[in-house]
Amino acid sequence: MRMSLLSKIWIYFLLLVTSAFVFFPVLYAFMISFMTGPEIIQGKFFPESINFENYTKVFSRLPLMNYLLNSFIVSASVMLGQLAVCSMAAYAFVFLKFKGRDFIFFLFISTMMIPWEATMIPNVFTIRKLDWFNTYQGLTLPFFALAFGTFLLRQHFLTIPKELHEASQIAGLSRFAFFWRVVLPVSKTSLVTLGAYGFLTTWNMYLWPLLITTNQSVRTVQIGLKQLQSQEIATEWGVVMAGVIVVIIPTLLLLFLGQKQLQKGLSQGALK
Amino acid sequence: MTRFAHFWRKSVDGRAAILYLLPSVILFSVFVFYPMFRTIYLSFFLTDQTGNAAIMVGFENFMYLLGSSEFQNSMKATGLFVLYTVPITIILALFFALLANEKLKGIGFFRTMYSSTMGISVAASSVIWLFMFNPSIGMFNRLLSVFDFPQIQWLLDPEWALISVAISTIWMNLGFSFLILLGGLQNIDEHLYESSRIDGAGYFYRLRRITLPMLSPTLFFIITISLINAFQTFGQIDILTKGGPSQSTNLIVYSIYREAFINYQFGTASAQAVILFIIILIVTILQFKLGERRVHYQ
Repeated sequence: MRMSLLSKIWIYFLLLVTSAFVFFPVLYAFMISFMTGPEIIQGKFFPESINFENYTKVFSRLPLMNYLLNSFIVSASVMLGQLAVCSMAAYAFVFLKFKGRDFIFFLFISTMMIPWEATMIPNVFTIRKLDWFNTYQGLTLPFFALAFGTFLLRQHFLTIPKELHEASQIAGLSRFAFFWRVVLPVSKTSLVTLGAYGFLTTWNMYLWPLLITTNQSVRTVQIGLKQLQSQEIATEWGVVMAGVIVVIIPTLLLLFLGQKQLQKGLSQGALK
Repeated sequence: MTRFAHFWRKSVDGRAAILYLLPSVILFSVFVFYPMFRTIYLSFFLTDQTGNAAIMVGFENFMYLLGSSEFQNSMKATGLFVLYTVPITIILALFFALLANEKLKGIGFFRTMYSSTMGISVAASSVIWLFMFNPSIGMFNRLLSVFDFPQIQWLLDPEWALISVAISTIWMNLGFSFLILLGGLQNIDEHLYESSRIDGAGYFYRLRRITLPMLSPTLFFIITISLINAFQTFGQIDILTKGGPSQSTNLIVYSIYREAFINYQFGTASAQAVILFIIILIVTILQFKLGERRVHYQ
């Protein structure tokens, strides 16, 4: 049965208005990033001309290139680390029989109930003791193990037919070969979902890098934004917004490309 | 010897399991379980500057917190913040998801728009909203002046600051809630609708009788996650208000952060962290107890 024309128009109208509202702040920031000081004070919405002066300024005020590179290294490492650690654990939970499996699985799940912020004080001390302040390992390693990720992959691994496992054993495939050459390729969609999720959340992480970076060596873009905002406030909003746009472009692109995948994968992990 | 060989062969899965689980187990032990117990331990102590336990004080840290107006204020602000943000975020996200679930031309574009805030970090969002809330050149006060309304000192007015932060937070969380809810909607079996259409049921009847009941597991999940997230709010507070004005936005995680890393009071900070942990535990357990009764699984 088809929708009537009237209700179609009505729905398009609602879609347009509400999505414009949602996207407005980003568009606004984008416009501001091309404006000069006086234009911003006049309260315009469209810049008089498109020039990239604010963008060149923001790169000269801050080691933004460094920060971007740091964020990229940190996010990619956490992504790969999570994929490796979580898929190994999920494999053990699905394909290996051992004593205490349910108990260990319960322990994993219980970590989801511990808010990360409740443990951050001793974690900072641990990082200090390891002398990992201002290091990539300090920024990344604590996040490699992820109960949600293990759970998500486990759900996918459970759908792999048992016959495949048996056949691989008969064919004399080692455990690791089965894991590497059968389980992982079959679960590509879940791995992509988890990877995108891990990259996105790490790129956007704020509190942890704030706590354990004290200089510019491994500082991430999010902390760069805080710096920029507190340095430039009230003076050059155009430069600040240029910084914002540079920081959000990589994740927005990733989201636009992987939106379908994320939405499917995350809701599956949520439900089963 | 043969018995040993037998045992060795039988436990081969177990030994492999140890290898596969070892990375997770080590990381969880070092960065989740140990610090959780350590936090509980520290909450019973006065600490020195480096965070070592110095004097055992029993429940004194907790007593001090419960009696301090500062902490009471922080708890109140946190509670209000959760109340302001969670229901509105979910209702808006649900509304958008229902719209974006219609099969229309170009719907992919709208889905991307709605989910966009998920790709924008808390720090970047906060900076954008900081500008929009700016009392002299921000958009909100300009709009108010267009309509001749009195100006509002959004983030500087203790009456308004928490509401302002809540508004920006609702926006930040919309994208994620939307994506989850849309995913839930798309998992609903089409056939359910087809039979009801033949019966001539209207849109809202179908919404109430089919869509919402079938969506309830997803709704339940997103409510739990949103509640927990709201209690963990930090970034927007640090950038927008720093807990002010007159501590009206001093939410619990910000309060822990300040107590620990600015005032170096690790004992009372740990006690607050324990309270945060207990709150989240209660929320999760309550959710599951209530959810079990309400949720309709397929």
